[in-house]
Amino acid sequence: MLKDITLGQYFPGKSIIHRLDPRTKLIMLVVYIVALFLADSWVSYGLMFLFLVSVIWLSTIPLKSILRGMKPLVMILIFTGVLNLFFTQEGEVLFHFWILTVTTGGLSRAVMMMSRILMLITGTFLLTYTTSPIALTDGLESLMKPLKKIGVPVHELSMMMCIALRFIPTLIEETDKIMCAQKARGADFETGSLMDRAKALIPILVPLFISAFRRADELATAMECRCYQGGEGRTKMKLLRYHREDFVSYGVGAVLVVVVIGLKSVGL
Amino acid sequence: MSEIISAEHLAYTYPGVEDTPGVPVFEDMNLKIQEGSFVAVLGTNGCGKSTLAKHFNSILLPTGGKVYVCGIDTANEDRIMTVRHNVGMVFQNPDNQIVANVVEEDVAFGPENLGVASPEIRHRVDNALKQVGMYEYREHAPHLLSGGQKQRIAIAGIIAMEPKCIVLDEPTAMLDPRGRREVIDTIGRLNREKGITVVLITHHMDEAARADRVVVLDKGTVAADGTPKQVFSQVELLHSIGLASPETVELCWELKRQGFDLPLDALEPEECAQALYDLVKA
Repeated sequence: MLKDITLGQYFPGKSIIHRLDPRTKLIMLVVYIVALFLADSWVSYGLMFLFLVSVIWLSTIPLKSILRGMKPLVMILIFTGVLNLFFTQEGEVLFHFWILTVTTGGLSRAVMMMSRILMLITGTFLLTYTTSPIALTDGLESLMKPLKKIGVPVHELSMMMCIALRFIPTLIEETDKIMCAQKARGADFETGSLMDRAKALIPILVPLFISAFRRADELATAMECRCYQGGEGRTKMKLLRYHREDFVSYGVGAVLVVVVIGLKSVGL
Repeated sequence: MSEIISAEHLAYTYPGVEDTPGVPVFEDMNLKIQEGSFVAVLGTNGCGKSTLAKHFNSILLPTGGKVYVCGIDTANEDRIMTVRHNVGMVFQNPDNQIVANVVEEDVAFGPENLGVASPEIRHRVDNALKQVGMYEYREHAPHLLSGGQKQRIAIAGIIAMEPKCIVLDEPTAMLDPRGRREVIDTIGRLNREKGITVVLITHHMDEAARADRVVVLDKGTVAADGTPKQVFSQVELLHSIGLASPETVELCWELKRQGFDLPLDALEPEECAQALYDLVKA
């Protein structure tokens, strides 16, 4: 059961979006989010939507998988929609219901807010769907490099992220094993009150933590044996390189922001 | 042949916690390992095998005496990276020595630490993976591989650093028979074809039988040292330490005790069968 957990699931592929440099994708995501928050008219929303749809189409990721990722967000979407619907009082009154009033302003605001959240999440998903965790870590390390000057341990952070990603499956396997071992000795994880079940987790967590520390110790020794001494003087096998499509996407991103700002200034 | 590793009057005591006294492992240990040789180190649990291995690349520093690797004192802080570069180490649990979540990235970890240029790393990684027969798995996630495959990845990670010597601390202890064979075959090939010095610490007599030289440790001293045939024919000595000879030798020894005239150096089943055949025929 624990085997199914995936973090920021990645769909391997060879599409143009997959091939983009991770740095490009990270920056483009920021640009996209900025544009999304600048947009406040139907025209600019339409433009953003068009952009998103074409990226999805280019990434060749099935729409079904994207929609499946949205499921846990339904509650937040409904909540946002309802709040905006009833608490924005602008324009003509559409109808009264008990103490609630629905106005045209409220309706359009609710729809806009909901589509903003939807588009925001889909955009973020597209990044993790098309970028392997290791490429993402590399991209982040490379983008954060300037922060090293002000004392941010950039290399250490990315190394930690990389090791964490590496050990998630190992620790999940270990948890499974410990649970089986405890079940074999009569532990019960499925019945009882919430309190009982939480208590039943202690015999899993204690050995899990102990083994994680032991693993960390061994891994540290193994890393030392392989001459690891931090980021200083380290080289990389795979260097990140910009290609033509990266420059094209930066261009598209710039155009997108300019057009959205332009639309805003002419009041559309 | 010159010595690649030499321990001279090595003494080591594990530090005690708070008021408890430390645990001495070695008091006066002397061992020399020739360049290009394949040495197996045998011993029961707690006889100091792993402690000895950790002295070979400055993970532990002697509390007395000296350990030299390629003529460099392992206690010399400034040369520690040279020592570790020359002596690679593979541990028991393959899961706890793989750093990255893609096979080739993990193999690249060592050369990256050494500051090797990118194209050269690519070249070394491909070569190392081919040498351990894992090239076609280069883009796989390590946790989906079998134990033997993971251990071969760990070995590839070490060879990519191009060390002169590899120390393997019970590399097959957690593997099934097939994984064990894969790993031992790989080690043997690296020793023969690349001339890499191999120090194999093991529990398995049949693995040790494949080495050029077997060193038996007992209570922090060298109890026996010689070719596999020389060492394994000292059956009584091995028994007194708590070890056993390979099964073929044990069989001959049991028969010899019953009064049959058999040699005690038949390490291969064929040799043993031949000796038995000759005996029955005579």
